[in-house]
Amino acid sequence: MAQNIHIDYNVKGENKNSIHRRRAVAYVVLSLLTFLCLFWFYVLIINATRSSSAIQGGFSPLPGGYLLKNWSTLVHGSLPIWNGLANSLIISICSAALCTYFSAMTAYAIHVYRFAGRKFIATFILAVMMIPTQVTALGFLELLRVIHLDKDSMLPLIIPAIAAPATFFYMKQYLDSALPLEIVEAARIDGSGELRTYNTIVMPIVKPAIAVQAIFTFVSSWNNYFTPALILKADNKKTLPILIAQLRSADYLKFDMGQVYVMIAFSILPVVVIYLILSKYIVGGIAAGSVKG
Amino acid sequence: MKSKKSKVSAFNKWGYIFLIPFIVVYSVFQLIPLLNTIYNSFFENYRAGLTQIGPNFVGLKNFGDLFAKPKIWKYFGNTMIMWVMGFVPQILVSLLLGAWFSDNRLRLKAAGFFKTVIYLPNLIMASAFSMLFFTLFSGGGPINSILMDLGILSQPYQFMSNTGSARGLIALINFLMWFGNTTILLMAGMMGIDTSLYEAAEVDGANSRQKFFRVTLPLLKPILIYVMITSLIGGLQMFDVPQIFTNGTGDPANTTMTLIMYLNKHLFSRNLGAGGALSVFLFVLTGILSIIVFKLSDFKLEDD
Repeated sequence: MAQNIHIDYNVKGENKNSIHRRRAVAYVVLSLLTFLCLFWFYVLIINATRSSSAIQGGFSPLPGGYLLKNWSTLVHGSLPIWNGLANSLIISICSAALCTYFSAMTAYAIHVYRFAGRKFIATFILAVMMIPTQVTALGFLELLRVIHLDKDSMLPLIIPAIAAPATFFYMKQYLDSALPLEIVEAARIDGSGELRTYNTIVMPIVKPAIAVQAIFTFVSSWNNYFTPALILKADNKKTLPILIAQLRSADYLKFDMGQVYVMIAFSILPVVVIYLILSKYIVGGIAAGSVKG
Repeated sequence: MKSKKSKVSAFNKWGYIFLIPFIVVYSVFQLIPLLNTIYNSFFENYRAGLTQIGPNFVGLKNFGDLFAKPKIWKYFGNTMIMWVMGFVPQILVSLLLGAWFSDNRLRLKAAGFFKTVIYLPNLIMASAFSMLFFTLFSGGGPINSILMDLGILSQPYQFMSNTGSARGLIALINFLMWFGNTTILLMAGMMGIDTSLYEAAEVDGANSRQKFFRVTLPLLKPILIYVMITSLIGGLQMFDVPQIFTNGTGDPANTTMTLIMYLNKHLFSRNLGAGGALSVFLFVLTGILSIIVFKLSDFKLEDD
């Protein structure tokens, strides 16, 4: 008996020590990773505030006073950044709005109604979820040539957002947990039409899911480079990622370095600000949107 | 009774109506392009200088040409090497962090802060991230300047001109962009494990290492496979980072040229036959991987 108590005590003491040790290791590793994640952006911000010649002269950990000067060089330079910003905003906002509204609608159709082919369509959407847009890009561009949308049109970058299998999947899961069919039936008894029920009763219920997916769609559209670069050729139609790629073009060295850093900061700033405000919801939305193993 | 039933099925036609936007848009912008891509892969269709060659039906010749060239295997190899270089540290770090974040007894402070920080790079524009890395690691850039100030280097190291460092930096960007996402997925999986299993293991005298390897890892296997396959699908699509980082050249000596960068070249030069064959190859590869993910998912449709 006495021996047993002794052993128990020993195990507890060892556990406590090992937890302290593991906690210390965890903090060290997490701090290193935090450094690894943020260091580049720290240098970005510092260099955005320094003059091109100072930047080329070497690194300094302290900011300089050239931010406004660099900004004005960028704004008055050859890159149409205001057009780029406007184009990026139009495409991303429209994509996010269309994608969430219609993905919720598709999920609603599968969730509420019982019709022939329902299971087939739901399975089909899930099966094609992983197919990347790159593998159909060739046919996509050929199609756009035929319908004359292949030159500088934003529509082919916005309309396809309506059919987003991954967003559909997230919405379907959300409806499963948040929308009992009784609500829809009650609305019918009250004489509400189906479309009206969807817009006025279902939409408010799925608002949290719409918000999360709107952010993700906005961000991925904002960051998208592959397809826009194939379609948008005129300077005033380009989005920010294409303008960034232009900085990296053959005559990279002719650019003012301060301007390069300010441009990079300018193009990632909106997303960083959105993220810092809404990070709680965004981080919470990641795991929920994935397929459960 | 009968009238009630017909009324319900009258409502059910709305299922089709609500599906119209998805089906129309998916068919026009995904399905038709896919079929068109496959169709094009059977034709010779490109420009040589000012002359247009084709379209002439050539059967499987484009595929024969594609696989006969050592290029495709080199680019496939590049893509896989850079994916592995990013994925191995990503999965190891994510497993470690996931275990720490989901460990109730560790009670990490500021876990929310760390999660916010490690997920941040995932949302950064890949082209801006690569451009930033290119600038930071260029010959006269701040990293070389810091390394020389610290006395680690005596002269600037040409990160872009060496295969190892160029691939390493591309892999590092991919790692930074994705390890936060993977951590959160694995953590969600770990939180879902029944705590009584850990309690039972503790009663049997298991330490935290044993609990991780004997309880967590085996139960996490489906999620690990899911993470690996989806990451592999993403890896096959690797484009923005190496494209911007090397200005589309795949330098040094085509060792960072990925499959999609190669496809992008065909798309720009409108070599529809070769581009089509490459697209179909990528479609088949991702299709096989998708089927595995699909089998893993527990998507169930409640019946009526």
